[in-house]
Amino acid sequence: MKQRYLREVGMNSTKEFLAWQELDVGNVVVNPGNSREYKTGDWRSQRPVWDFEKCILCGMCYAFCPDAAVKERADGYYEADYFYCKGCGICAEECPKKAITMVEEG
Amino acid sequence: MGTRRGLEVSIAAAEAVAMADVDVVAAYPITPQTHIVEHLAELVNNGELDAEFIPVESEHSALSVCIGASAAGARTFTCTSAQGLALMNEIVYIASSMRLPIVMILANRSLSAPLSIWNDHTDAMSVRDTGWIQVFTQNGQEVFDHVFFAYRVAEDPKVSCPVMLHMDGFIVTHVIEPVEFWDKEQVKQYLPPFKPLFRLDPDVPVTMGAFAMPHLYTEAKVAQDIALRDSMPVILSAWDEMEKVVGRRYHPIETYHTDDSEILFVVQGSFAETLQMAVDELRAKGEAVGSMMLRLWRPFPFEEFRTHTKGKKLIVIDRAISFGGQGGPLAIELRSALYGVDKAPPIMDYICGLASRDVTVEDFMKMYEMAKSRFFRSITQEGFEFYGARSLG
Repeated sequence: MKQRYLREVGMNSTKEFLAWQELDVGNVVVNPGNSREYKTGDWRSQRPVWDFEKCILCGMCYAFCPDAAVKERADGYYEADYFYCKGCGICAEECPKKAITMVEEG
Repeated sequence: MGTRRGLEVSIAAAEAVAMADVDVVAAYPITPQTHIVEHLAELVNNGELDAEFIPVESEHSALSVCIGASAAGARTFTCTSAQGLALMNEIVYIASSMRLPIVMILANRSLSAPLSIWNDHTDAMSVRDTGWIQVFTQNGQEVFDHVFFAYRVAEDPKVSCPVMLHMDGFIVTHVIEPVEFWDKEQVKQYLPPFKPLFRLDPDVPVTMGAFAMPHLYTEAKVAQDIALRDSMPVILSAWDEMEKVVGRRYHPIETYHTDDSEILFVVQGSFAETLQMAVDELRAKGEAVGSMMLRLWRPFPFEEFRTHTKGKKLIVIDRAISFGGQGGPLAIELRSALYGVDKAPPIMDYICGLASRDVTVEDFMKMYEMAKSRFFRSITQEGFEFYGARSLG
């Protein structure tokens, strides 16, 4: 199912996309919840990097992230899930301690 | 056998929709479609039809409601005209692309401006490429019969496409004429219950109408086009079956004295019956003339059309305009269908009957004489004329 979805959205690396005969009628997606498998991290040109020396654990980055791509760690600090993070920079903008820096992707 | 009833065609159409046991009706009133919606609202309100009638604030919402309801597995109906269809346009594409078997009656009307509530085919032509199966009708009986036909074809799992029925505003919608009703057994025999291929069900979740990357969009559209073309055998068998159930026979192209004619009129909708009288008169004078009513507009019946028109000369009557184009949309379509055919029939196109302006038997006879004596001799690729338009020059 996962492989099929990745082929549907054209995001797989093998480039074996679905032919028209393989689509469900009306392009219904029969495996719901599969947006989790969609790597939007590919869109990123800059990545947010946390300086835990400055971080006060306020959670503003977590609250403002429009894609729920900021995760809380077991130790209470926050970090981005780079599989989903599109690098929008809202977390860096909102951080009251300037603890997040946007770094160019290589 | 059904009973014959004399009533307004709009009321008959609404009765047919009710007999088809629709679950959801969503529509916004607009002339000349209004009586259909009003009567359905009455039937629901009086408890005679067990359906949800959802009054909406616009046609855009009307079809959006139908999409939601159809996706949930309901048999749905909407109807509109002209400006209403234009407002609905965005959703017209979505209904067909999601392959939802919604049925719509379009009470054909001119588009503004100038404001006109009267009949022509401008609205019909504006949705030619939206992916709906489209059928033209010429009288009340045809409208009544085709409501059941529309649901049968749309909901066939091999098709699963929406169907649009065209009926001429006022000329058909507001006429009182005898209509032979089907009885309940006939409806039951002809129209099976709606079994959707997919439906919105919290227990078996699916996603409908989702986003697609450019990698997928082309394939999605190819699948849609193939589905529309492949609806042809289901359409033909639905007409075969209707003949068995109610004894009336319909075809993709209705012909009248075509075989032994040299010149053929091609029309759509209510023109056809008046035209048959003109054909009778002309034939009585010894003219080799016939007529065709192009019933099935999408999918287009290419083979039938080429067969019927082989070796003929065609007079096409358009009830719409393609501004700055090759005349009317019907003539453009037919020229295209004949392109590359050996000794392709010449086509003279008359644009007339706009905003319900009368086109009488005499008018058809006049067009015949004009086409025969003048235009077929010097026909150009763009041969068309606004018939009956006043001009100073």
